[in-house]
Amino acid sequence: MGENPTHNKKTGLPRKRFYRARAHSNPLSDSHFPIPISPAEVDYSLHYPEMVKADGSKKIQFADVGCGFGGLLISLASLFPDTLMVGMELRDKVTEYVKERILGLRTTNPGQYQNISVVRTNSMKYIPNYFRKGQLQKMFFLFPDPHFKEKNHRRRVISPFLLDEYAYVLAVGGIIYTITDVEELGEWMKSCLEEHPMFEALTTEELEADQVVKLLSCATEEGQKVARNDGQTFRAVYRRIATC
Amino acid sequence: MEETNMDDCEHNRESEVAPALIAVHPTQKSVAVAVGSNLRIYNLQEGCSVSLTDDSGAHMHKDSIRAIRYGAEGKLFVSSGDDKLVKIWVTDSWRCISSVSSEKRVTAVAISNDGRFVSFADKFGVIYAVEIEAFHENQSLPNKKAIPILAHYCSIITSLEFSPDGRYIISADRDFKIRVSVFPEKPSDGAHEIQSFCLGHTEFVTCIAFICSKDSQQWYLLSGGGDSTVRLWDFTCGSLLDTCHVGPETGLLQPEERIDDNLLAVTDISATPDGSLIAVAIQSLAGVMLLSCDISARSLHVARVVPIPGETFIPTSIAATSSSNQLWMVMGASTLCASDSAPLARVKILNGFCDSKEQETCIFEDKDIPGGELLLQTLQGSSFIEKDALSTAAEAVKTAMCNLLIKKQYPSENREFRKRGRNDKKVNKKK
Repeated sequence: MGENPTHNKKTGLPRKRFYRARAHSNPLSDSHFPIPISPAEVDYSLHYPEMVKADGSKKIQFADVGCGFGGLLISLASLFPDTLMVGMELRDKVTEYVKERILGLRTTNPGQYQNISVVRTNSMKYIPNYFRKGQLQKMFFLFPDPHFKEKNHRRRVISPFLLDEYAYVLAVGGIIYTITDVEELGEWMKSCLEEHPMFEALTTEELEADQVVKLLSCATEEGQKVARNDGQTFRAVYRRIATC
Repeated sequence: MEETNMDDCEHNRESEVAPALIAVHPTQKSVAVAVGSNLRIYNLQEGCSVSLTDDSGAHMHKDSIRAIRYGAEGKLFVSSGDDKLVKIWVTDSWRCISSVSSEKRVTAVAISNDGRFVSFADKFGVIYAVEIEAFHENQSLPNKKAIPILAHYCSIITSLEFSPDGRYIISADRDFKIRVSVFPEKPSDGAHEIQSFCLGHTEFVTCIAFICSKDSQQWYLLSGGGDSTVRLWDFTCGSLLDTCHVGPETGLLQPEERIDDNLLAVTDISATPDGSLIAVAIQSLAGVMLLSCDISARSLHVARVVPIPGETFIPTSIAATSSSNQLWMVMGASTLCASDSAPLARVKILNGFCDSKEQETCIFEDKDIPGGELLLQTLQGSSFIEKDALSTAAEAVKTAMCNLLIKKQYPSENREFRKRGRNDKKVNKKK
């Protein structure tokens, strides 16, 4: 690993400057990367060699949609060592970085970080190709692209119609976490979730009791940047409820 | 660069070609053919052509019709397409009772089984519902607004159906997906609950149809697509029961030919109620392929190919009803150039399309077609169509479909060329 010029010689981790990518990617354009036809087609033993046997009985329960450089995944990995989680990212260079980062962490910390992985995909189009009905316990949407122009609102990752698909892959009782530093987007995400009949807001007590909520603003690279600049964050955390 | 622009133009124009469509009244009272912007109806009961009346204030269709449909009871008929108008007709007087505007071009329509809702889908994947109140014979409905109820994320919806039990609305798209959504009591609140996704097609899905198991009285779904397969689904749980590869059975593929160069997309499906016969229209196949389905054995297999004697007839749309044993087929396309003459289509009937195994199937001669010359005159635009006059139409329809539904592949150097205007690329150059 020491020979790899894109990696830090001491830690074996990839260096970010070799994986720079544009901050935006158009989710509407046709995807030319491979996509599994159905959840049954994905061989997760390749993603989690130590945790998933070939029979695939253990399923992914957390999804970080738009995982970016993977900060949240890495914090969650040790918090929930027995839960499989996946990051989904559209930008190929960034996905490559996260992949290398996880492999590096696995090498330097034997036995750890075996429960996280990353896929390059367009989650707005292909969520049902990765997860079965009611499979997920948690979904994360941290600092998504705000798409300010009204014309581009349909590119937002939280939207009334996409919430139908997220409700489909989330188990009843599963939780959706969203956070942003853009007030307008924060209000948009909150109102989408509020108006959707299959989601209800967590109470203040529940939010305080949830150890994951604290990670939302401090675990990701984007969140740390906001904190450095003393920016405000707006979060919306909702539970998937049963339909009557 | 100019060359690529020319290419794009060509593509755009070609993808405007719309295939001719056919629909039959559930008790075979009438039959409808749509070619380009023309909607032609023939009254089979009275043996005359129907003139449409439209006093809703809007005009007849001004652009290619992409979807036509009778309601389950046959009282309503819906037509829509590229002119973004959804026209709802009453079939006893053939008056247009309502013209609903869509923001985008419409690609599929459906009528709920109780006749209370008309649903339509647009090119951007949004599916809308319009409530139809009890209508009076001589009164037009106020022009209603359609309410979006669900959406596929920016994918062209190719087919839309209500399940026969009325519980679900099923939508198929070009991204290989079939979505089964619970149709809500109050559609105005949206169809948020997804029952299942039927995933298995490896190319765009073009058509879906239902069959019912005689033993369990349970409904199953059939789908056809660009991967040249017909698939059988238990749609309430989204499980794939069987796949029938129809491409090799057409006899059109040479063994050395690569499949992707010569895609034999399934373009339409029509099934008898219990699925013992399933008619399949396939691109480039002159004739119609018949499949047979044994639901209890979960098996779907090719029965035979019925060739059409005497001419090259590649159906662009097929339709059948449970009340008769005839399969109606049409071939044709909207014309590219604006000519004075109405676009032509060819109509054929396959007789003996029913559940009973004993019945022989045959293609009617023109003189044997119920309604005879007048029917052909009405639906085809001319009672006599020269042999093979429509072969260019079939080719145009095929190209249009590929351009519309297959993702364009660009070689990597082209892809770099297309990114030349991007800011980050410019910065790199300066360095």
